[in-house]
Amino acid sequence: MIRIVLPQHLRTLAHITSEVQLNVEGPATLQIIFDELEIHFPMLKGTIRDHVTQQRRPYLRFFACGKDISHEPFDFLLPEEVNSGEKPFMIIGAIAGG
Amino acid sequence: MKVRVLVGTRKGAFILTSDGKREQWDVKGPLFGGWEVYHIKGSPVDSNRIYASQTSDWFGQVIQRSSDGGETWEQPGTPPGESATTEDGMPKGESNKFVYDTSPETGKPLTTHQWYDGTQHPWEFKRVWHLEPSLTDPDKVYAGVEDAALFHTTDGGKTWREIAGLRDCSGAQWSPGAGGMCLHTILQDPTNVKRLYVAISAAGAFRTDDGGLTWKAINRGLKSEYIPDPAAEIGHCVHRIAFHPSRPEVLFMQKHWDIMRSDNAGDLWYEVSGNLPSDFGFPIAVHAHEPETIYVIPIKSDSEHYPPDGKLRVYRSRSGGNEWEPLTKGLPQSDCYVNILRDAMAIDSLDECGIYFGTTGGQVYVSSNGGDNWAPIVRDLPAVLSVEVQTLS
Repeated sequence: MIRIVLPQHLRTLAHITSEVQLNVEGPATLQIIFDELEIHFPMLKGTIRDHVTQQRRPYLRFFACGKDISHEPFDFLLPEEVNSGEKPFMIIGAIAGG
Repeated sequence: MKVRVLVGTRKGAFILTSDGKREQWDVKGPLFGGWEVYHIKGSPVDSNRIYASQTSDWFGQVIQRSSDGGETWEQPGTPPGESATTEDGMPKGESNKFVYDTSPETGKPLTTHQWYDGTQHPWEFKRVWHLEPSLTDPDKVYAGVEDAALFHTTDGGKTWREIAGLRDCSGAQWSPGAGGMCLHTILQDPTNVKRLYVAISAAGAFRTDDGGLTWKAINRGLKSEYIPDPAAEIGHCVHRIAFHPSRPEVLFMQKHWDIMRSDNAGDLWYEVSGNLPSDFGFPIAVHAHEPETIYVIPIKSDSEHYPPDGKLRVYRSRSGGNEWEPLTKGLPQSDCYVNILRDAMAIDSLDECGIYFGTTGGQVYVSSNGGDNWAPIVRDLPAVLSVEVQTLS
């Protein structure tokens, strides 16, 4: 079981108020997490990854075990603590100045 | 009779309702709080069907739809509680997917347009500026987007497809201005379903007479001293076009300097700025019952973007242009430095016509007598991006 913490605006779009829990078989990658997330919450399609390029939206950052993994490739294997649900995978809206 | 005013702002949408007197108002919102709502507009054939363009620099574009007059909302294709996948197992949720057409079947698909430095630059979707529900079908909507293109849906916003013939017209020459390159105005000819007009910032106005297959630039007569060829076919910064439904061949235009008029569906334009204190501005609108009565809100210049002398004045012409009168009663006549954006003016169709506009200072004003007197409905909203009104029986 993988725990995912979404930023508040995405929780509103997904009609949820707390973290997401996904059951993923085997070691999870960023790609697997996003695919599963969009299957369960299709309203999030296009909000985390661009619809066309499938790249991370520039103002979003990904964190696991306190480490910024935003620039890792999408086949990056998530740490065991995230894979086991001990620690959450976090999607954070970056501070964008102003 | 009732009116429902739909307001899009930098930080959410608001719905303002009143009876036919338009004196007491109920203010509902913010809807989609914290998101920019570039446009929110109701269907002309089903007043309970409303569409909203919700956008964010962080999370991209979201289309929202209401089927009960704005009480509840859903993302088309993914209503809460419904299965997340289709019967054949495919995920839903394509309602915010705007993909530029590149298929060779549709003609000559374009993949690049002119950039600021004159080189070609890939077309990149950023957001929906304007939603124009069909005059005949509540599930059909046109969307004007940035980078400039025209999309449409025929299933209530679940899926969107580009009307690619528009970019084939001259899209490779379009170049963004300071505000980006957006398609911000869509007019449907109520007497001819195959005729549409659109306007694109920094490109100009365009018309199709065959339902969107082919388009022509309609910018003859426009003069823009800020482009290399002031009378060029492409490159004029059109801020807004408008017509009266009973005379759709007569068009009015507020452009980046100059108020223009065309009497032949845009084939030729002539200037009607007349005695205005400034012919720069963004919105232009036509009275509901008087096709020769038009409204503009002059702004001091293209770099200052506020009313001349700090006096907020709507100007009305009852002669289709050239002769203008300032409307001031109830509007601030000192120390007012707000702007009124291109989509932020609307007109209801009650017997005594009502005019509405919103400002970047967060005020929404109403006149319930054709512009003679004004009053604020609300004063402290986020910066107003768009104002639309529904006249309800």
